[in-house]
Amino acid sequence: MPVIRIPNPLRSYVNGQAEVVVQGATVGEAMEDLMRQFPAFRPHLYKQDGSLRAFVNLFLDGRNVRDLEGLETALGPDDTFNLVPSIAGG
Amino acid sequence: MLPELSREEILRYSRHLLVPEVGLDGQRKLKASSVLVIGTGGLGSPVALYLAAAGVGRIGLVDYDVVDSSNLQRQVAHGTSTVGQRKVESARARLLDLNPAIQVDAFDESFTSANAMQIAAPFDVIVDGTDNFPTRYLINDLCVLTGKPNVYGAVFRFDGQASVFDARIGPCYRCLFPEPPPPGLVPSCADAGVLGVLPGTIGTIQATEAIKLLLGIGSSLAGRLLLYNALDMSFEFVTLKKNPNCKVCGPRPEVTALIDYDEFCGVPGIVHEEGSAGAEWDITAGELSRRLGGGDPLLLLDVREPHELEISHLEGARNIPLGELAARLSDLDSAQEIVLFCKMGSRSRRALELLVSAGFRKVKHLKGGINAWAKEVDTNLPVY
Repeated sequence: MPVIRIPNPLRSYVNGQAEVVVQGATVGEAMEDLMRQFPAFRPHLYKQDGSLRAFVNLFLDGRNVRDLEGLETALGPDDTFNLVPSIAGG
Repeated sequence: MLPELSREEILRYSRHLLVPEVGLDGQRKLKASSVLVIGTGGLGSPVALYLAAAGVGRIGLVDYDVVDSSNLQRQVAHGTSTVGQRKVESARARLLDLNPAIQVDAFDESFTSANAMQIAAPFDVIVDGTDNFPTRYLINDLCVLTGKPNVYGAVFRFDGQASVFDARIGPCYRCLFPEPPPPGLVPSCADAGVLGVLPGTIGTIQATEAIKLLLGIGSSLAGRLLLYNALDMSFEFVTLKKNPNCKVCGPRPEVTALIDYDEFCGVPGIVHEEGSAGAEWDITAGELSRRLGGGDPLLLLDVREPHELEISHLEGARNIPLGELAARLSDLDSAQEIVLFCKMGSRSRRALELLVSAGFRKVKHLKGGINAWAKEVDTNLPVY
């Protein structure tokens, strides 16, 4: 099953896990499954209109899914994608 | 005409002169070049130190802050002897000790839309070593509007990011992150902590990129984002592309001048005094001490992470970390008066907003957090 890698700043929303196993044949379906598993995470990642917030990027094989088919990008059962938020510390 | 090197400089930079990609001409280029380093903290310290050591002829430093002993775990341009000094002066003295042949311009002020253009004008390359979203968007837009490269780095606990944003040849910071996160979602290093050596790793990568840009050698990080994790010791690169809808570097830009970045990032128009939630909600450490001494039945609610309780805690306080609070509101009695606190007052302010929006009315906020209590009431407690 596909895996979503969660960076440190967002792990408090997924019980501290670095990776979450999800179901779905597209990036969007996988994200929906993540939200189903952790409902309190949704308002932080999605706007009320259902679109993904612009401070989060999803990278599959090193490419931003915005440059592919967006949330419709196909996902294989062994795929892992990275959730990359903006961070500001310095 | 590039400046000549003196006999002393030839000796000082001999290890550079031996590298064909730098050589005498490259070293003269560095001497003629200039870099503005914004922030002299965890990232800015190693960046500025290595640029000075490398012989970059003119280095600008921007910071409004004062050296604090809690900075020294990572901000290596400063020292125990400079605690309490202006950061730019502390760093300037350190850089000139390392290399007296360079010029260091100190800007002891916040970097704002009002002064950014003027401060940045003489510099070839801009390095983003700041610790907040409004200044990061300001630096990006400034660099796009003036055609300068933005050498980017950011850190959080064990995670680091680095890139070069140069809108003339590739994407800018807004192409990657069109908007900042909602305020409070991504905690600051002051609240969440950071591995001290992490900004050293990312800062030296930024210094490397700045020097390569000045010399015109190698492949820069333009169009790539480095994702570093210190715990896994992993370096990953992802590809960045120009966003055709980018509001500042796209073909139909909406941002054509510097804007109000606090407003853009959702920082309230009325800036809260640090550690305060406003007079209506605040209770000072002294006042809380008096009320507890008088036997008031207050619930002290500590919203810090459990491991912070080992550093300091208040007797009788209940701990619900901020991240769990929304899911555990039913554990709280809205009829009882609650006093929220954290380390310094920023997480407890978000906890206050959460409780108030859930209908709690009898809520107070310990101004300045447990650190204020440790300074004003119980001086046996450590400040961290």
